[in-house]
Amino acid sequence: MNLLRLITDGIWKKNPILVIGIGMCPTLAVSTSISNALWMTLAATFVLIMSNILVSMIKGIVPSHIRIPIFITIIATFVIVVELTLKAFQPDVDKALGIFIPLIVVNCIILGRAEDFASKNSVLYSAIDGIGMGLGFGLTLTVLAFFREILGANKLLGYTLIPGMEPSLVMIMAPGAFFTLAFMLWGMNAIKSRGKR
Amino acid sequence: MEIKILFTILLSTILINNYVLSQILGLCPFLGVSKKLDSAVGMGLAVIFVMTLASFFTFLIYKFFLIPYDITYLRTIAFILVIAGLVQLVEMVIEKVSPALYQSLGIFLPLITTNCAVLGVAVLNINSGFVDANLGLLKSVVQGFGAGVGFTLALLLMAGIRERLEMADIPENLKGLPITFIIAGLMAIAFLGFSGMKI
Repeated sequence: MNLLRLITDGIWKKNPILVIGIGMCPTLAVSTSISNALWMTLAATFVLIMSNILVSMIKGIVPSHIRIPIFITIIATFVIVVELTLKAFQPDVDKALGIFIPLIVVNCIILGRAEDFASKNSVLYSAIDGIGMGLGFGLTLTVLAFFREILGANKLLGYTLIPGMEPSLVMIMAPGAFFTLAFMLWGMNAIKSRGKR
Repeated sequence: MEIKILFTILLSTILINNYVLSQILGLCPFLGVSKKLDSAVGMGLAVIFVMTLASFFTFLIYKFFLIPYDITYLRTIAFILVIAGLVQLVEMVIEKVSPALYQSLGIFLPLITTNCAVLGVAVLNINSGFVDANLGLLKSVVQGFGAGVGFTLALLLMAGIRERLEMADIPENLKGLPITFIIAGLMAIAFLGFSGMKI
């Protein structure tokens, strides 16, 4: 298995959001601005890498019929670490992401990788897979946030783009999230079907 | 006056702050189980049940276990374990009491554990300050029930539309998830209308 391949797979071929279609809730909910998206990526990727490493370390010892509760407990532990760290050092970020920080626990990407990959592969591969999947998640999130921030807030990275222009508020709210992702998936399908022809 | 507050909580979780369409929670089952109307009904009922019970138990655990021992930072881990246990319990009870219902729900039941709307409502109950509030337990149970009903409403609407969509002529690249998200976006716009409601 090629290490670089693991990372590129996470970004493109097995992109968790666009290809596999999991981890939608945090993706849509926190992609209101690029800074939110980046913080979410950082938090989720940290949890993903750490839980992948720990799960692959204990893969021989865990009895298979209680593995899911054990995986969830491991994930929840790292989520609490992230939650407390953010509360202590970045209280504004913690407020902006709000409920979606504790909800990293039920992000299907993390449990999915623990079950599909980390519980079958070595520690190094699992850590690299965590990085790749985290990058795939983060890139999708950032692209979504890029469009939503421009259209919905008339801002980019917090700076106003066109002074005096009224942004379309709906893009910041739930409908905008659904539409932007729909168009991204549409584009992805178009690229894929062109490749087939 | 308490009745009025409870009614407000119920109405706002079902319509104004609909968990799926305005708070973006619980999308995985919303997309996964909305292909057929009958399985959507089963999933919706199971989610209402689990959410109501989860609100009840997580509230009790938070108030009478986590707060007295000053370990509220363990909230996330405690809640997810309660929910996982609860889903397992519900699964076993339904299997014993009504095998027919169990058959039709079968695969969807364990999936409820990773439905982020369930953990979401448990955390939101705490964040809304129900712990110190008058009748807090009742309020959080009502919020849990309302959230479940709101989820079911969105799921049923979506399933109804998607069943009709089978016959529609959709551009090749829009088939599947993209068109589903466009519908969800349109539904979310419709639900935005409720936010102007004054109770």
